[in-house]
Amino acid sequence: MKIVIIGNGMVGYKFCEKLLSKEASSSFQITVFGEEIRPAYDRVHLSEFFSGKSAEDLAMAPANWYSDNNIILHLGDPIAQINTTTKTVDSHKGLTVSYDILVMATGSAAFVPPIPGTEKDGVFIYRTIEDLELMTAYAKKAKKGAVIGGGLLGLEAAKAMIDLGVSDTSVIEFAPRLMPRQIDDAGSNVLKAKLESIGLKILTNKNTAEILGSSCISGMQFSDDSKIEVDMLVISAGIKPRDELAKLAGLETGQRGGIVVNDQLQTSDPSIYAIGECALHRGMIYGLVAPGYEMAEVVAATITGTPKTFTGFDMSTKLKLIGVDVASFGDAFLSGNGVQSIAINDTHKGIYKRINISADGKTLLGGILVGEAEQYNMLLQTFKNKVILPPNPEDVILGARGGETDTGAGVTALPDDALICSCEAVTKGMICNSVSEVGCETVDAIKKCTKAGTGCGGCVPMLKDLMQHTMKAQGKLIRNVLCEHFNYSRQELFDLVKIHDLKTYDAVLDKLGNGHGCEVCKPAVSSIVASLWNEMILKKGNATAQDSNDRFLANIQKGGTYSVVPRIPGGEITPDKLIVIGEVAKKYNLYTKITGGQRIDMFGAHLSDLPKIWEALIAAGFESGHAYGKSLRTVKSCVGSTWCRFGLHDSVSFAIKVEERYRGLRSPHKLKSAVSGCIRECAEAQSKDFGIIATEKGWNLYVCGNGGSKPQHALLLASDVDEETCIKLIDRFLMFYVKTADPLTRTATWLNKMEGGIDYLKSVVLNDALGMNALWEDEMNHHVATYECEWKVAVETPEIRKRFNHFVNAPEEKDPTVHFEEMREQKRAKEWK
Amino acid sequence: MVAATTTWFYACLAEDVPENGGVCVKYNNEQIALFHFARLNEWYATQNECPHRNQMALSRGMIGTQGDEPKVACPFHKKTFSLKTGECLSGDECAIKTYAVKVEDGKVYIAIPG
Ligand code: SRM
Ligand SMILES: Cc1cc2nc3c(=O)[nH]c(=O)nc-3n(C[C@H](O)[C@H](O)[C@H](O)COP(=O)(O)OP(=O)(O)OC[C@H]3O[C@@H](n4cnc5c(N)ncnc54)[C@H](O)[C@@H]3O)c2cc1C
Ligand code: SF4
Ligand code: FES
Repeated sequence: MKIVIIGNGMVGYKFCEKLLSKEASSSFQITVFGEEIRPAYDRVHLSEFFSGKSAEDLAMAPANWYSDNNIILHLGDPIAQINTTTKTVDSHKGLTVSYDILVMATGSAAFVPPIPGTEKDGVFIYRTIEDLELMTAYAKKAKKGAVIGGGLLGLEAAKAMIDLGVSDTSVIEFAPRLMPRQIDDAGSNVLKAKLESIGLKILTNKNTAEILGSSCISGMQFSDDSKIEVDMLVISAGIKPRDELAKLAGLETGQRGGIVVNDQLQTSDPSIYAIGECALHRGMIYGLVAPGYEMAEVVAATITGTPKTFTGFDMSTKLKLIGVDVASFGDAFLSGNGVQSIAINDTHKGIYKRINISADGKTLLGGILVGEAEQYNMLLQTFKNKVILPPNPEDVILGARGGETDTGAGVTALPDDALICSCEAVTKGMICNSVSEVGCETVDAIKKCTKAGTGCGGCVPMLKDLMQHTMKAQGKLIRNVLCEHFNYSRQELFDLVKIHDLKTYDAVLDKLGNGHGCEVCKPAVSSIVASLWNEMILKKGNATAQDSNDRFLANIQKGGTYSVVPRIPGGEITPDKLIVIGEVAKKYNLYTKITGGQRIDMFGAHLSDLPKIWEALIAAGFESGHAYGKSLRTVKSCVGSTWCRFGLHDSVSFAIKVEERYRGLRSPHKLKSAVSGCIRECAEAQSKDFGIIATEKGWNLYVCGNGGSKPQHALLLASDVDEETCIKLIDRFLMFYVKTADPLTRTATWLNKMEGGIDYLKSVVLNDALGMNALWEDEMNHHVATYECEWKVAVETPEIRKRFNHFVNAPEEKDPTVHFEEMREQKRAKEWK
Repeated sequence: MVAATTTWFYACLAEDVPENGGVCVKYNNEQIALFHFARLNEWYATQNECPHRNQMALSRGMIGTQGDEPKVACPFHKKTFSLKTGECLSGDECAIKTYAVKVEDGKVYIAIPG
């Protein structure tokens, strides 16, 4: 049987793949005509082209995949005509090929509204790799950008403009609000505020009357008589199905475009099928990839002898890439009789969530998430599978409150036929099966085996949860091992290194691991060795097992220079020391900046200057600030009772004491602390790994907070304790964390994963539930007693010092590729490409 | 295979290179990363420039193995490259140049093709 496919886009490709997977297809002769010059690529992730993905990275399959599977692929040769009587197609280049079955997967084109001036230079659409290449070239000379269309694609295009460096970009929407088809007014308002905060201008209720300029665009004129200056415009006002061939061949098409198909996806000519964005099914064009893939499956199955039907598809979506989470699912707008809506609108944090539920409060009908969409996958599944909602339905958007986090219970509640990956139509049952029967025990293995997670990637977090649940249910220990070289978790390894008294990375690897190490286990093991023995990290051949920043005791930066951050405990510094910093920075031409951690960072130091710089700083009484290490960073302080009229105790003195006690302590991740002199909390102690706040009667100790990418407030561990008790509690808390946390896990995440949460932590640290407290205090005292400034050791030890050169065979020469640019009377690193 | 026209460039003393780590060698206007993989008793050399963001940094990276393949991880974003073939093991970057290395009398030489 001869099958011809018109269009080698995402759905056309998927159809080939599905067809090959059916046994009956071996006797088929498959020919594909594609208009674009490249084999099918991942249009959904097109925007990643701007973040460095190449056309090859985006390819659905390499060019030889087609020939390897006996598919004849003609690229850059669109079909010009279909002859339904002779059952042949004619290509643009003059080929005529006959078919028994013809599959049209011609997709859609960007819809360009009839505005005068769209032909001008500087006006773009956003659909193909070529469009993006043209935009990249043009953006170099553009300053003011605009996007017509405030829907899913328009916002993606607007983000692309910012990534291209056109930071002054406006989004122009005809409707009164953004994403009018997916979200409601309240959601749009939150979205608008978020987008404005990343620099976009949002103009709603705007109808473009004309694109101004002679040959190039120079501005836009709106129907309300307002105008803006624009030198680059992207039109993203919707899609127009590519039905021109179908029309020419006399196939039935819809009034507003699209090739009419029945539930078998047959067009008005029974030997011609249409799938993907060109197909008009029950009055609907599906502008998403998942329904297109489902259509490909239906036709592939039908023509190989197991008829299937397409009866519609859920249009739930999640916006990606823009840096703001937006999602909608089910019926997002539903209201009226028999429906209740629950909404949270936190304009302060910029979060809006709404769910629509049935009158009896038992089923989820749809919803909207703006600003935070972590619950999207779970909500989508709850909706699709009609899972009964909890007694307080608002829990599904608020998250369970009261400390207990519940990660997995969600997935277990889903039925086996719940569709987890809608792009590849993979159910929960299939995923669990791949774990229990096929033996996949990593997410990558599941992806390979089932294809789940290989489309839009949205379901990947659920794959992991499902895998862990299945393995647990099988009674399998889920081994949280470090990497291929160590079959132990960090916690197990910590104890073993101690028991075996191992002091170097190589010794640990020889005794407890296999192979020759890697960039995952080297820093993790080095950190364990350092936490346990507190020996200078560059000694005993341990230097090359350190993370690169630790190896050179400085953070590497753009261009290959380093930063220098001396410790300034509690943020307190004398004028003399300030002068030394100024002198050193001047001498070595360093950029200086006050950091967010109450100290001073000097940037742009050449590797070979580092020892000289530190020698000068150490001579003036400074020491390493460990800004490069997974160890204590800063203990911030407020001015406290020495000057402040509200101060209850001397927070600066206490902060210095705390910083000097824990400086140099190597830990699974960095540690930050702060001390505030009263509850006004000017030192932000509640956002730290451990934070201390003065009370009338003593100090309150808070633990497990952080800022960073997932901010979390610290929780109260003890109240009104005296200084000595406070220090003891911190000793225990830190040692417990250092010994048991996974690599690169901050205290907040460590607590979130701890069974029993803060209550358990309290029972250990306050009530000695593990009987370890005395030992931990001793160990911390050992740390304090053995502390030495590692930069001092480095500059004084010739074998270590000689490593701080760029060229081994020309130690006096600096890296000639390092370049700086000028900025506000200082220097900055040259931008990388 | 080392081509017949190869010149052996003297880089440094073997003891100048830390065990299981790398150094950067200056060869005319080029930078070559030289590694002593002591655990395998092997020497490797590659270009010093990481193709990801064109940073002169591979010599400062951590080395190790993935399966049996010796590799180096760039300090900047931890892309990894095979020390044997130069192929990028993190999938998406282009391959790096590799050079043959020999050690004689405690001196390290790098093979410069052509
Ligand atoms: C210099 C500084 C920014 C500034 O100019 O103010 C800075 C600079 C860097 N931060 Fe930071 N952070 C700085 C304060 C902060 C703060 C604010 C604070 O400490 O009060 C935070 C949020 C608070 C927190 O950590 O809880 C912060 C959260 C991060 C994170 C996210 C951590 C997280 O758990 O999500 C990273 C990434 C990481 O550590 O993995 C990071 C990583 C980095 C690195 C080390 C990135 C890197 O690996 O190259 C930057 C190094 C610059 C350099 O070359 O020295 N930096 N960083 C600040 C140095 C403070 C200091 O004196 O040591
Ligand atoms: C920037 C962007 C972001 C997107 N993001 C998402 C998302 O997050 N989620 C989602 O689900 N969807 C998203 N989409 C939509 C998704 O890409 C489409 O649904 C999907 O590509 C449709 O596949 P298709 O094969 O039907 O059409 P296409 O991928 O457009 O392929 C059709 C192909 O047919 C070719 N063709 C047309 N006429 C002829 C002819 N006469 N002869 C030969 N060849 C012809 C075309 O040149 C084209 O290569 C996005 C689209 C874009 C542009
Ligand atoms: S916020 Fe990001 S860019 Fe700024 S210093 Fe921290 S890590 Fe670097
Ligand atoms: S520069 Fe090497 S990994 Fe990015």
